[in-house]
Amino acid sequence: MLKIENLSAGIDGKTILDGLSLEVPAGEVHAIMGPNGAGKSTLSYVLGGRPGYEVTGGSVDFMGQDLLDMEPHERAAAGLFLGFQYPVEIPGVSNVQFLREALNAQRKARGEEPLTGGEFLKLAKEKAALLGLDMEMLKRNVNVGFSGGEKKRAEMVQMGILDPKFAVLDETDSGLDIDALRVVGEGINAIMRQPGKGVLLITHYQRLLEVVKPDRVSILAKGRIVKTGGPELAERLENEGYDAVMGEMA
Amino acid sequence: MTATTELPTRKDEAWRYSAVEKLRAGDLDAVRQIDVAAGDSAREIILVSDENSGETEIHRLKVNVGENARFEIFGVIASADYARLEVEVTLAKGAHFELGGITVGGRDTVREFVTRVVHAEPEGTSNQTVRSVHWGQGTGSFLGSIDVVRHAQKTDAAQDFKGLLLEKGATVNAVPQLEIFADDVKCAHGATVGQLDESARFYMAARGLPPELSRRLLVQAFIGDALVSLDDEGEQERLLRAALDKLDRHL
Repeated sequence: MLKIENLSAGIDGKTILDGLSLEVPAGEVHAIMGPNGAGKSTLSYVLGGRPGYEVTGGSVDFMGQDLLDMEPHERAAAGLFLGFQYPVEIPGVSNVQFLREALNAQRKARGEEPLTGGEFLKLAKEKAALLGLDMEMLKRNVNVGFSGGEKKRAEMVQMGILDPKFAVLDETDSGLDIDALRVVGEGINAIMRQPGKGVLLITHYQRLLEVVKPDRVSILAKGRIVKTGGPELAERLENEGYDAVMGEMA
Repeated sequence: MTATTELPTRKDEAWRYSAVEKLRAGDLDAVRQIDVAAGDSAREIILVSDENSGETEIHRLKVNVGENARFEIFGVIASADYARLEVEVTLAKGAHFELGGITVGGRDTVREFVTRVVHAEPEGTSNQTVRSVHWGQGTGSFLGSIDVVRHAQKTDAAQDFKGLLLEKGATVNAVPQLEIFADDVKCAHGATVGQLDESARFYMAARGLPPELSRRLLVQAFIGDALVSLDDEGEQERLLRAALDKLDRHL
């Protein structure tokens, strides 16, 4: 579903991803763990197409399309969702207006009919309830005045409404307390654990992986994947640390 | 023929950023006088958005606001090579003046709000909010002077300007001018200039919004500030649309 081959990329002339290869087939949740500075956030930004990040080599195939050749909004319409580590505040634009316009822009790009205001609100209510987010929060401006945990819940509500085929979630667990972590993890399961969908879950910690049980776990270090295994790899990392697990490969 | 008002030069403080070369004899002759009687309330809405409005469009208003009366003016300047809305307001005791102004424009257009608010008696209040969005070689200005006379105690006056430059080459000017001769007053003014928030634009793109739609939403949020005190949703909608349509057509 997502096939990254020998990807090199960086910012301001500095190489951060250095020959990264990774494949996530449909129906799979693939967790990426790695020490600080390994390139985890850069990977998510490059997949999302953030301006400023320059791809210097390699390719990314997303469901048969050249992902790197598409504009960021085209990637979204093709079914890619990028969950932000630090969701952006947008004063003066309400969540409801933002998400309705975003969803309808995606639908238009796919040749589908737009949702009416009523249809959209019904959908938004359903997804907000799933993530335990008060509907009143969705009437407020995008992420403005939201706590860290509320922002992450709101990200998942957005994901539920937009219903992507593939999600790249960048440290969605950071800033969450244990209860919120469970709610968000179960939200990911409910929205993305479906046939034909895939997830790339970037995280520092094992905790989220206890709720969203990954099929595969990879370690990202110095801009490339250095080890891939089953869920037991995440447990070993948690117990032994990156140095110990990666040291044995040296 | 009556005598024609003498045309100003760029040396005149109030015309410093104007396109004075576009002024023709007679442009400044018409001054509309408005008197708001004590306790009354009046609203003016001025929309300069006709694509065919030509080279210059100048509105000059002189307003006397009576005791405890309220005068509001909401304006969008979105067309003419050179457009100027000039208003001089004199406030009686306890009177209020509200201005919400928006300028948008590209090419080499010049669009400006010029206000002079005289707090001539105690307890008057005024609140002015102007938002300017420009691109190309466009210029938007807000020249606002506030005079508080010696006995106009308990005056509360506020001015707020924000400019948004969508392209390199565009300009906005903010010239607040406060002359305060009373000692128990509140006068606040603020001015900022910025660009569209690129991280917000990427966030919006990542949710599927194409660049022209994210820009429209961000500009709408930006200029919306100038219309929050207009308590007529239909008019709010009409003014917002006039400004945003200009953006869609020309950018």
